[in-house]
Amino acid sequence: MSISQKYAALRDAAIEKFEKTKQKPRVLVGMATCGRAAGAMDVLNVFREEAAKHQLDIAVEEVGCMGHCYAEPLVVISKPGFPSLCYGPVDEGMAQRLVADFLVNDDPCYEFAMAALEPNDEFPTFEDFPRGVVEQRIILADCGLIDPDDIDHYLAKDGYAALSKVLEMDPLAVIAEIKEAKLRGRGGAGFPTGVKWERCYQADGSPKYIICNADEGDPGAFMDRAILESNPHQLIEGFIIAAYAVQASLGYIYVRAEYPLAVARLRTALDQAREKGLIGKEVLGSNFSFEIKIFQGSGAFVCGEETALIASIEGSAGTPNHRPPYPATSGLHGKPTVINNVKTLSYVPHIMRRGADWFKSTGTENSPGTAVFALAGKVVGTGLVEVPMGTTIRELVYDVGSGIKEEKEFKAVQIGGPSGGCLPESSLDLTIDFDSLQQAGAMMGSGGLVVLNEDDCMVEIARFFLDFTQKESCGKCTFCRLGTKQMLEILTDITRGKGNSEDIDLLLELAEDIKMGSLCSLGKTAPNPVLTTIRYFRDEYEAHINEGRCPGLMCKDLISYMIIPEKCSKLCDVCIGSCPTEAIYTRPDMLKAIHLDKCYKCNSCLASCPPQYKAVIRVSPPLVQTEEGGVQNEQQS
Amino acid sequence: MNNKVNITIDGELYQAPAGEKLLWAALDLGIYIPHLCGNREEERPGASCRLCFVEIEGGRDPVASCTQEVREGMAVQTRTPRVDRLVRTAFELLLSNHKLRCGKCPKNRSCELQKIARERKLKLKLTRLRPLLTAELPTDDSPDSFSYDPNKCVLCGRCIWADHHVAGVGAIGFVRRGFERKVSTFGERPLQESICTQCGECVKVCPVGALTFKEESK
Repeated sequence: MSISQKYAALRDAAIEKFEKTKQKPRVLVGMATCGRAAGAMDVLNVFREEAAKHQLDIAVEEVGCMGHCYAEPLVVISKPGFPSLCYGPVDEGMAQRLVADFLVNDDPCYEFAMAALEPNDEFPTFEDFPRGVVEQRIILADCGLIDPDDIDHYLAKDGYAALSKVLEMDPLAVIAEIKEAKLRGRGGAGFPTGVKWERCYQADGSPKYIICNADEGDPGAFMDRAILESNPHQLIEGFIIAAYAVQASLGYIYVRAEYPLAVARLRTALDQAREKGLIGKEVLGSNFSFEIKIFQGSGAFVCGEETALIASIEGSAGTPNHRPPYPATSGLHGKPTVINNVKTLSYVPHIMRRGADWFKSTGTENSPGTAVFALAGKVVGTGLVEVPMGTTIRELVYDVGSGIKEEKEFKAVQIGGPSGGCLPESSLDLTIDFDSLQQAGAMMGSGGLVVLNEDDCMVEIARFFLDFTQKESCGKCTFCRLGTKQMLEILTDITRGKGNSEDIDLLLELAEDIKMGSLCSLGKTAPNPVLTTIRYFRDEYEAHINEGRCPGLMCKDLISYMIIPEKCSKLCDVCIGSCPTEAIYTRPDMLKAIHLDKCYKCNSCLASCPPQYKAVIRVSPPLVQTEEGGVQNEQQS
Repeated sequence: MNNKVNITIDGELYQAPAGEKLLWAALDLGIYIPHLCGNREEERPGASCRLCFVEIEGGRDPVASCTQEVREGMAVQTRTPRVDRLVRTAFELLLSNHKLRCGKCPKNRSCELQKIARERKLKLKLTRLRPLLTAELPTDDSPDSFSYDPNKCVLCGRCIWADHHVAGVGAIGFVRRGFERKVSTFGERPLQESICTQCGECVKVCPVGALTFKEESK
């Protein structure tokens, strides 16, 4: 039997099984980590229990993440005769209603539905919303719609077709196709994947290794986790294709131990793929043999750096080494090694199946394809989004993310995590691709995108990210170990109102030297958040240093809480109860006031003050208590 | 390995053995390049002290010379504004976390930090940066013949190399991460309680006053 015949047999069996399940009503519950955190487990149990109670012949399946994190737990119900409908957020009560009204009877409960999955005459689809218009899903397309624990779901959707095609091609032709597609590494730096593969293919040394970097550690980034938990076979297929292209015999998936669900689903997926002859000796009857192992990282952020990652697999401490030599020529155990990100590899099956020209039809000329972002922060529609490269930040924030929460003023986006930078309002029309972001001082990074509003202090944001990189520095090289520490001390002083006028220049000097002098990319990119915030928000730094004022009203040492008597009500004392330090007292006129000495600045009073009063405000620079018991501005005293 | 290559350093033509790393080739030729962490025998240098920067013609940024093999026709500048700036900052950063009491230090006048300061006309005190050595770590006085003061350590790792590859003992290594990284024994026990044989190889290679023989300090 030829390779393609073997594959066709696998696929046909999967389709037959899949078609059978489609004949009865299906309930898909989003059970990725994000869904579970929102309570999907309880929702799943309700569906199972209620279905048993009503003796319904339905399939209740666990799927991954659809990317609409703001609406978790998400449930999709497909019932023959109705469009597939997506509901969210679903609680236990709604789950009971859905079983009783929709599955037992025929009322689809449109009042709970978010969108339909396929075009129909009854209900709008995701594509009818602004987000759906901008979004274009390639690697997230099946996430949340197929069962990650069942390889047949993936096979039935033409999964592993690209592998079967590739195994009949020359490895160099595979590399040529990826080069032609101009696929660039989605780990952050955007290095051309085809070139990396070619170097490894041509390098002397045997065996060759391939590593999938799933050590996602940026604060606020969860793209790789979602893909691993929602569609592991897409990654595994891309991984085997990459291994075939460079003729590697052993592959490691380096995944964080903090992603237990991803590890479990990967294990299941690998076992199933092995059982079907897609991994192991003579893949699909070809003469190519390949084995995949999972290696669990122990939580060091720096192990996402490729030389540190290799050191970690070799059993040494996870510290980076000097490059060159690059891993493509001398990597794991000194052998040629390709290291690719989860997303990069996930694109590979699509490119090999549909061709380089198809891939290049999306995105920009030098950054084709799509970009996956974890949209977070002060934006309405948080979640995972996949948009074509070349989309503007404005479209991403306002169309895809539906704008800023609570109708506040947009201030900046922090793009690319701790290695990236903050871009201001004037950059809203910047198109997102590898090169344009780098020019603006940020970088694609692994794809975290945090939206900041008027309440955010840019100095504090810079301090936060530098604090992260400083703590995650391995400590090997001088610039990263001590340079980031020096910068952090300066930033901490500024946020405490202890900055001085030379600090900004010193920060800039140190930042430039750390960028040029550090051993690895962690150090080389660590100053980016500081550099971009100084570049675009220098006035905020100056306000902290020169006026002792925090414009974002965020830095605790530079603000005071006060109650505006004109807005406060004699009839309300919610704030008094909320204050943990008993700093709020009732004045003789029954209005409330804050005792500054006792105030801990915990924000409880501001949060608890009823919206009809909104009497508690923050002011900066902080107030000082005068001898007469009144308060006044520090500047005037 | 007897083949020689022609290289230019600071405008002068020299010959250097092929395959040699630039740092050692330059030092052999009498050209000083600041360095702390390098071990000549090491195949893949750690390149962690970030002091031996040079600019190589055709390269974009300054590079650590301990990582660069000499090549035929290589043209090197050991002193450019960018190199000097990086060396100055790296040096000041190391000083900012180093116990600066040279007068009382047994390594006074034979300390590599002092040599770098002399060669590159750098000050042996902090002017720009703030001192990071706020809480002093205890000195390990437990061995009979030598002592270890972590507050003077520059984390070059030469002692670890000597312990592992010259003495072949393996009593010490790097522990902890980031700013807390230091040289210590397994479980961070005093040296006396470790497998240390007190052969003194590590003390001989310490470029600063972190590891010192006890007679020296008297």
